[in-house]
Amino acid sequence: MQEKIFKGIFALCALLSIFAVLMICFFLFANALPTITQIGFFDFIFGMDWYPTEEIFGIFPMIVGSIYVTALAILIGVPLGVLSAIYLSRFASKKEQKYILPAVELLGAIPSVVYGFFGLVIIVPLLATTFSGIPGKSVLAAALILSIMILPTIILVSKASIDALPESYYEGALALGASKERSVFFALIPAAKSGILASVILGVGRAIGEAMAVIMVAGNQALIPTSVLEGVRTLTTNIVLEMGYAQDLHREVLIANAVVLFVFILLINTCFNALKKEAK
Amino acid sequence: MKTDRLTLSLAFLMRVSMISVLLIFLILIGFIFIKGIAHLNLEMFAWEYNSNNISMTPAIINTINMVLFALALAMPLGIFGAIYLSEYGSKKSKILNAVRIASETLVGIPSIVYGLFGYLAFVIYFGFKTSFVAGGLTLAVMILPLILRSAEEALKSVPMSFREASFALGAGKLRTIFIIILPVAIPGILAGVILSIGRIVGESAALLYTSGSVAKVAGLMDSGRTLSVHMYAISSEGQHINEAYSTAMILIIIVFLINLGSNYLAKKLVKA
Repeated sequence: MQEKIFKGIFALCALLSIFAVLMICFFLFANALPTITQIGFFDFIFGMDWYPTEEIFGIFPMIVGSIYVTALAILIGVPLGVLSAIYLSRFASKKEQKYILPAVELLGAIPSVVYGFFGLVIIVPLLATTFSGIPGKSVLAAALILSIMILPTIILVSKASIDALPESYYEGALALGASKERSVFFALIPAAKSGILASVILGVGRAIGEAMAVIMVAGNQALIPTSVLEGVRTLTTNIVLEMGYAQDLHREVLIANAVVLFVFILLINTCFNALKKEAK
Repeated sequence: MKTDRLTLSLAFLMRVSMISVLLIFLILIGFIFIKGIAHLNLEMFAWEYNSNNISMTPAIINTINMVLFALALAMPLGIFGAIYLSEYGSKKSKILNAVRIASETLVGIPSIVYGLFGYLAFVIYFGFKTSFVAGGLTLAVMILPLILRSAEEALKSVPMSFREASFALGAGKLRTIFIIILPVAIPGILAGVILSIGRIVGESAALLYTSGSVAKVAGLMDSGRTLSVHMYAISSEGQHINEAYSTAMILIIIVFLINLGSNYLAKKLVKA
């Protein structure tokens, strides 16, 4: 009897995460869908203007902003991260690994507000003095901070996928007379391709979802930036910036904005899962 | 063969990348620590926060309370769920698969989306207002999958022979789980718990509109800021940059200690 009751309790707890996902979907979509139909799907997604006080809600600049910032962060962060992962996995001595790995892990644990603050006091002034005549809060500043924030994810996940490869691939290439670097880059890396790609997608997810660090360094103008030195507003920061005082329709629109972000993340997750299957 | 140009440039690029990553790390930590120590003083740990004295004590107390509250909710639920997944579910069961997909989805959701969900569900729908409870519930949902998955892994790593031996001695399933399997899996479970503590300490976006940012020690139904929210508040106001350095330093020290703890436990698990 007792056994059965507990089995029931255990099962309920296991189902809780499914319930949580359903709740989140329900609360977000139930609030957002009527709003989106009210504004009109195309006017909402592809609208170029964002004037909440006049009830003009187009989030296209924010979508483009998120994509710009994320793409640039990936462009900077991925080569650095993957090359470091290769070094750590195949070239670093035991002693080097012992000191470097905890540092990378700590980098991954630092709260995003601290990154934002670091960007605010170091990167923004640095950009402002390098390119005179701009305030420094820009696409580039946000992308630089995000590229640092995704480094740990990319390094640790890529390293794990390179570590998991059979030693024989590498030994085979060495035996054919290739140098150590060539063996690693041309025999191992192609084999670890899907694992490395998975790390990149995780990085994309983290970059698109990040709000607090970006908000402090991005300048937050709701316009499509024409250069990387201009200010930008992303899907996440749009919510944080205006949720504090938004009311009625404006508030509903911000929830719809979150749904768009949520859909982006679901797409990214689906890609990630597909890649993970391939990696196995 | 060993010194061809491609080999050399690959070796060079790799080392440059590794060194850049380490430099970024050193600059970040070094800068915040140097400035943080310089501006740290005892007044910042005064009991009360006011506009003259940016004390972080209330925020630290709130953070500790928030960790305890969210863990008290998510830990039993997560561990019980994990017991079901590892001890009762068959490998091919559809439930298992669905739970796995659900928890992966939960892990990927951005914290600001959690924040909005918490706002809609707990602040508005359940009527908790902007309060400690609303924030804690939101965080509990957020860390549930972390605890669930790490506890599941820890339980699965307990050798089958432990269970068989216990059953052979005539113990029931429930007894086996609680007396034999859970104790062995504790280091692994704790590693997941510590990870979640790190997540809570670092969280700000999910709390901004759920538990709010009042700088006082919060009761259950009051609004109160955690240390991360405090950090955001004082750095975005722009007047208290010096205090922000010290707060950032304290935050980094806390996550560093949390990291040390989870690494220690992870090592212990491998040995067991």
